[in-house]
Amino acid sequence: MGKRSVIPFGPQHPVLPEPVHLDLAVEDEKVVKAIPQIGFIHRGLEKLTETHDYQNYVYVAERICGICSFGHSLGYCETIEQMMDVDVPMRAQKIRVMLHEISRIQSHLLWLGLTADAFGFESLFMHVWRLRENVLDIFEMTTGGRVILSINKVGGLVRDISDDVLSQVESKLVSLKDEYQQIEKTFLSNSSVKSRTVGVGVISHDQAENLGMVGPFARASHVNNDVRCLGIGGYRLLSDFVPILDTTGDCYGRIRVRCKEVVQSIDIALEMIRSLSSGSVSVDVKGPIPDGAQAVNLLEQPRGECFYYSLGNGTQYLERMRMRTPSSENLAGMVAALQGCDLADVNMIILTIDPCISCTER
Amino acid sequence: MSKPSKSPWVIHYDASSCNGCDIEVLSALTPGFDLERFGVINTGDPKHADVFLVTGGVNTQNISVIQQIYDQMLEPKVVIACGACACSGGVFHSCYNLIGGVDKAIPVDVYVPGCAVHPTQLIDGFIKGLEILDKKAALMSSKKKNKQISQSSGVQAIPSPEAAEHKENSLNQETPVQKEETKRGA
Ligand code: SF4
Repeated sequence: MGKRSVIPFGPQHPVLPEPVHLDLAVEDEKVVKAIPQIGFIHRGLEKLTETHDYQNYVYVAERICGICSFGHSLGYCETIEQMMDVDVPMRAQKIRVMLHEISRIQSHLLWLGLTADAFGFESLFMHVWRLRENVLDIFEMTTGGRVILSINKVGGLVRDISDDVLSQVESKLVSLKDEYQQIEKTFLSNSSVKSRTVGVGVISHDQAENLGMVGPFARASHVNNDVRCLGIGGYRLLSDFVPILDTTGDCYGRIRVRCKEVVQSIDIALEMIRSLSSGSVSVDVKGPIPDGAQAVNLLEQPRGECFYYSLGNGTQYLERMRMRTPSSENLAGMVAALQGCDLADVNMIILTIDPCISCTER
Repeated sequence: MSKPSKSPWVIHYDASSCNGCDIEVLSALTPGFDLERFGVINTGDPKHADVFLVTGGVNTQNISVIQQIYDQMLEPKVVIACGACACSGGVFHSCYNLIGGVDKAIPVDVYVPGCAVHPTQLIDGFIKGLEILDKKAALMSSKKKNKQISQSSGVQAIPSPEAAEHKENSLNQETPVQKEETKRGA
């Protein structure tokens, strides 16, 4: 056995879009232990509830993370709506589900691109990001923003989307599906992709359950934890929803799960657009939050289950807002997957877990 | 602007941003906006980079990382603060863990506002940054020329290493009291 040495990894590293620091203890070329260190992007957003009232906090909530920005504003609004017993109009709920699914497409495409970059497939990376631009165009068309959409508010949506625009979105999604399926083929059957990913960073079913992993990371190990199955909020409107699972538990499995989820999300978004009925998109919510009112909400973010808890204190300001984000739960799984892997596979494994450090640290 | 004199390479670091600006920086580099057509390449090595793109504000833990990356970059270099957070702290300005904009850590040349910054804005800011980069490069080469001229003509505008050494020796010969004074002065 070789001498043990420690290699620092990050916070500034070419494969990492976000800063996380890992101390990798290696023996020869094998990683024996990985010790993560976080805190580079901690801002302290939960405390901002003291200075922003519950209506304004939506804009802070969606800046928890730029990739799952829409999801966080949705999760937050749903939590407050539960506390205040607000019935959100049907049209708003459907548009919310549609936008959330399109956000998932955006996030998965972003991730697929970065993964292609991590295993050195530059042209695939560029192609995926070219497709992703089409998705961002949909956002720009419907909400005016590309990343931070700012369309949610407590009680519904800030503004309606016209039927004309919606039909354009529909045709864009249909053409996106065709184009995407060609790229998906490369991801799933290209031999150089397979040689980098099959059998790398395996997490077994039991391990995934014991470590409490969430999202596509766990679904690749055949743990069904898709919160969309519970039918919370707008998701109860889905006609049938079958979560995508894989049994391999390796990097390839994680790629496969996310690849299929893109198609599934396109289908859900299309279903929502086609079943939209006219009506208003928001109800007025006014007044303070009742003292002691509490609410809990779950939302399936692109990276997995996100948990929201809030507590009111009889004023416009929340007493407590707590989010438990998917990436912070997956950190334990990431450390487990890194144990015993080759040094060259480290960036591949870290990426397939899709850590979102902004969410983790808030 | 005139043509950029070289292909500028960039390094990108995410200080405490929300990611929104990060992915827009990447969008600007990939098809769609394609900064790469100006010869821009995203590199991971500070020593190869001419332009430092920072997104997000500065907090106590990453301030040293930003400074370290900045110090490792070779002159001439340009720092571009991308997004409202990097300019002033943005929505997070009142967070307890945020010191402020990037200029609290390192000198910033171009501020690009926006939350999230739009890739077209970013390209605009980038072109401004390239102008500054060219100016800095011209200043450096003119300084270098001055030095060469002055050395060849025997006039010492900039003290040569020998002169500095001489000065040090003379300092060493000072009395202890004088030394104390110079120290205090420094
Ligand atoms: S400026 Fe806005 S989008 Fe950019 S990092 Fe800050 S909060 Fe996020």
